[in-house]
Amino acid sequence: MGLLSDPVRRRALARLVLRLNAPLCVLSYVAGIAWFLALAFPPLTQRTYMSENAMGSTMVEEQFAGGDRARSLARDFAAHRRKSGALPVAWLERTMRSVGLEVYTQSFSRKLPFPDETHERYMVSGINVYGILRHLAASTESLVLTVPCGPDSTNSQAVGLMLALAAHFRGQIYWAKDIIFLVTEHDLLGTEAWLEAYHDVNITGMQSSPLQGRAGAIQAAVALELSSDVVTSLDVAVEGLNGQLPNLDLLNLFQTFCQKGGLLCTLQGKLQPQDWTSIDGPLQSVQTLLLMVLQQASGRPHGAHGLFLRYRVEALTLRGINSFRQYKYDLVAVGKALEGMFRKLNHLLERLHQSFFFYLLPALSRFVSIGLYMPAAGFLLLVLGLKALELWMQLHEAGVGPEEAGENPPHPLTQGVGLASLVAPLLVSQAMGLALYILPVLGQHVATQHFPVAEAEAVVLTLLAIYAAGLALPHNTHRVVSTQAPDRGWMALKLVALIYLALQLACITLTNFSLGFLLAASMVPAAAITKPSGPRALYAALLVLTSPAATLLGSLFLWRELQEAPLSLTEGWQLFLATLAQGVLEHHTYGALLFPLLALGLYPCWLLFWNVLFWK
Amino acid sequence: MWPRVLPGRDNVTDNGNIKHQREKAALSQGWGHWEVEAAAGMAAPVRIFLLVLLLLGPGGWGRAEPPRDSLREELVITPLPSGDVAATFQFRTRWDSELQREGVSHYRLFPKALGQLISKYSLRELHLSLTQGFWRTRYWGTPFLQAPSGAELWAWFQDTVTDVDESWKELSNVLSGIFCASLNFIDSTNTVTPTASFKPLGLANGTDHSFLRYAVLPREVVCTENLTPWKKLLPCSSKAGLSVLLKADRLFHTSYHSQAVHIRPVCRNARCTSVSWELRQTLSVVFDAFVTGQGKKDWSLFRMFSRTLTEPCPLASESRVYVDVTSYGQDNETLEVYPPPLTTYQDVILGTRKTYAVYDLLDAAVVSNSRSLNIQLKWKRPPENEAPPVPFLYAQRYVSGYGLQSGQLSTLLYNTHPYRAFPVLLLDTVPWYLRLYVHTLTITSKGKENKPSYIHYQPAQDRMQPHLLEMLIQLPASSITKVSIQFERALLKWTEYTPDPNHGFYVSPSVLSALVPSVVAAKPGDWEESPLFNSLFPVSDSSSYFVRLYTEPLLIEEPRKGGLVKRLANLIRRARGVPPL
Repeated sequence: MGLLSDPVRRRALARLVLRLNAPLCVLSYVAGIAWFLALAFPPLTQRTYMSENAMGSTMVEEQFAGGDRARSLARDFAAHRRKSGALPVAWLERTMRSVGLEVYTQSFSRKLPFPDETHERYMVSGINVYGILRHLAASTESLVLTVPCGPDSTNSQAVGLMLALAAHFRGQIYWAKDIIFLVTEHDLLGTEAWLEAYHDVNITGMQSSPLQGRAGAIQAAVALELSSDVVTSLDVAVEGLNGQLPNLDLLNLFQTFCQKGGLLCTLQGKLQPQDWTSIDGPLQSVQTLLLMVLQQASGRPHGAHGLFLRYRVEALTLRGINSFRQYKYDLVAVGKALEGMFRKLNHLLERLHQSFFFYLLPALSRFVSIGLYMPAAGFLLLVLGLKALELWMQLHEAGVGPEEAGENPPHPLTQGVGLASLVAPLLVSQAMGLALYILPVLGQHVATQHFPVAEAEAVVLTLLAIYAAGLALPHNTHRVVSTQAPDRGWMALKLVALIYLALQLACITLTNFSLGFLLAASMVPAAAITKPSGPRALYAALLVLTSPAATLLGSLFLWRELQEAPLSLTEGWQLFLATLAQGVLEHHTYGALLFPLLALGLYPCWLLFWNVLFWK
Repeated sequence: MWPRVLPGRDNVTDNGNIKHQREKAALSQGWGHWEVEAAAGMAAPVRIFLLVLLLLGPGGWGRAEPPRDSLREELVITPLPSGDVAATFQFRTRWDSELQREGVSHYRLFPKALGQLISKYSLRELHLSLTQGFWRTRYWGTPFLQAPSGAELWAWFQDTVTDVDESWKELSNVLSGIFCASLNFIDSTNTVTPTASFKPLGLANGTDHSFLRYAVLPREVVCTENLTPWKKLLPCSSKAGLSVLLKADRLFHTSYHSQAVHIRPVCRNARCTSVSWELRQTLSVVFDAFVTGQGKKDWSLFRMFSRTLTEPCPLASESRVYVDVTSYGQDNETLEVYPPPLTTYQDVILGTRKTYAVYDLLDAAVVSNSRSLNIQLKWKRPPENEAPPVPFLYAQRYVSGYGLQSGQLSTLLYNTHPYRAFPVLLLDTVPWYLRLYVHTLTITSKGKENKPSYIHYQPAQDRMQPHLLEMLIQLPASSITKVSIQFERALLKWTEYTPDPNHGFYVSPSVLSALVPSVVAAKPGDWEESPLFNSLFPVSDSSSYFVRLYTEPLLIEEPRKGGLVKRLANLIRRARGVPPL
């Protein structure tokens, strides 16, 4: 009765799949890419709308007028900071206390696994300062306004604005949640230390003093980055650690106050396209969409807010941009937007949960929901499924006519697909992955002793060396394993590799669509066509070009291209090396998962395809 | 080790008590008889006759009767170390009557609603508090009487009560009606029977804790609707005396608002030969210096309450305002009070020597028809220049961990005393849907494991009763003790979620009861004569004082029903013809 349980129809279906496999695969892949590009166009992108009732219908009137105070506080902060060369803790404590906050400090220290050359730090120790604005209720809920401070005196305007806002907030009686004003040292490292201490967990090996003051469950957080007294636009960043996103309502809230205050707001540094009817608007939004996908796929926090998301705290980062535009806004405008956001967050009765947690943003006021973007990845993964199906059928029916298949048991030789022969390549490739994950950091001291390189260089070069050494793998394994049916051997290996890849990509896509889609788009074609016969050199070139490392390099070029700051080849290579080091560091300092995912999951899988290509 | 009885109680034998009760019973029967007569004859001449009889009565009775009930009212204004100002009202009605007996029907000062409650449910003690906000002990110092955020109710029943749970349930429902609070949400899932923490505060012969019930509703929001019925219990309502200051629009613009009702039996005289009933209505508020004073920290009654005091309550036998003028610094005065007080009061309060300016409203020199009392406080120096004296004991509680599966409840207990260790009794009530892993209970002080000398743990039963954990922990001198226990979140049935599941679920605060060593030894004074704020907790010895503190309540996120489940449920409901969720 069923299509699959009826042997005749099943065979017909099998023949269809076998015969039409190649065109179906091509069609599916093209459909996936086309679907993705179509996401930037109006029928698939929708206007954003506020779902949370508590924030949507209520009106607030912003009264912040402390622009002068903010500027003078910022000047004081910058002066004290220059004088002491570190975060002026005593000054911050005094100032926060004078505006009526409960002030606490937290010291932390962290030895990075190897020196961070981009930020020039290795042994890091610092002090976070935070003040809590208490209110009537019993400190069960709180909001956070955080300013991450780097090594130089950037972001001092943000500190000034934060303190001026604190003074203004303190004089109001309508607060229903505590508000925490947090200044962290060593930007994200300080934020991570504070968050871990606040939740009394130790994930990354950070050493920090326990917090003396807490304010219940944090409901939402806003990170602020400002480096000038005036701004031309505000850029909002949503992508967090491991591609996590805050609830869409938080972004809607920001956008509401952008419109209300007449602020110029950007996403990924791009303005909203005004004209959606012609082709220009969607084209521009394709760029924004691609930038977001690249940013999210990288899995690195795109601002201090990114670290809050792990703790189920909805958060975003606001960056003041001062470019060469004519019209500039002062701190009062930014302060009013923040005041409005906090007042509306204060109205929340429940955590933000009404709107989407999984979305893509082609523009600030447009979004694509998970139900609409998932088919794009689905089509790409379908290619792997179709290929695997074809191989499975070939393995079962090769040499056996469709008529006899039902009556005679298949040839014993063909039945023993040679699963034993798969064990060695699987184990060796996984071992390579493990080596890639562990050895660079572990062996950095050995490398620096024997070669004239610094630790950070040693780590990156070891990474590349192990990665390249993996390519020599097939020459080792095919001699170790002798199979009686060589053709069936590679087919079985490819089948396993296809399923392994499909599973990994599906899992990644579910949690971080952007990463899953990027990897699928690059790895699927080569994985589908690789076989040990035919134009091997071409296949090899294609495989190398779509290996995880090459995908990373390509993404870097694409990213800078979209940001209208194209890279030259040498710059690109330099950036690539720096990115590798950053990737490893972020795994160790914040728990970013991209590095282990590539090293332990996708790289071994890719090696299996390489193995298939050079099967003898 | 906890003070159970009032001073002077010890030398009374049970024999004496019984004898006296018999006497008293006879006496009240006589009165009852007389009342029946009065009620029966309602004609005017009879009434006049009775009036005459009443006027003549005390003289002709042959023995001097003390006044049957009395009212004392008191307001204590305490400038807090943080610069905020706390105001604590206490109204104490004492009634020399045997309420336990049925048939008491003539009520004068004592509210009838509460009196009937006592006899109907055979109550021995009743303590109810409704609180908005959280007393920040670290910054505000040790409170006279703290209450947990939300509603707290605990009651001791007489040992004649056969079904305590049933009486408790009815009692909470009746109180819910009297105080317009959601006390009817008290059920077996949030009621516990502490074994050591909540000893009777009044006279008690036995302390069989099976007659005790305790419940906290951390979610309860306190507002004007709760204040109004509370005010109506006052003999002068809010018409005269200190209670004119109780205006809701001011009282709820504060950082902390706590109103409470305490009923307990007390000794009628110094030898404690008979029992009186005491009703204390207390109300504490903390005014926020920054918000209300626009940054200035000078205070006046008018600025705080937008009223001044014009007359005492005519029913009150004592009506006083105390202002804490103790100076913490080296200089002799940091505070100036105006008008200058006629008298001052010095005593050891909560272990330290304090000085209070006293304003007696019954004194015509303080308040009269022509002058109202508007006490003003001026700081000579801004208070933040002084290091606030940190209390010897305070605590903090929080949830550790992230994610929706497991977590950890941590309580930090601070003992800041430089050289004295003292024990603390910790009581934790945890809802059943947090599954506690008792083997993960760890107590560490100064990096070393701290073994509690007493542990009582009663495990939860799903949908039946909460976890109860009581421990007696010795806190070493100048130390932080961390008590932590891990839990796992249980999945709720989808009808068990509150209407706002994304808000989170509350865990009631930990309760700390401790005898904290005093800085200055207190002189044992006359309990009945001392100010009300000093006589709520019975004093056991002079070298330490009793403190009960509460930590903040916790808000814990529970795994929620997903959108899919809700959608499915809605589909089923549509099929059944029931409106969707």
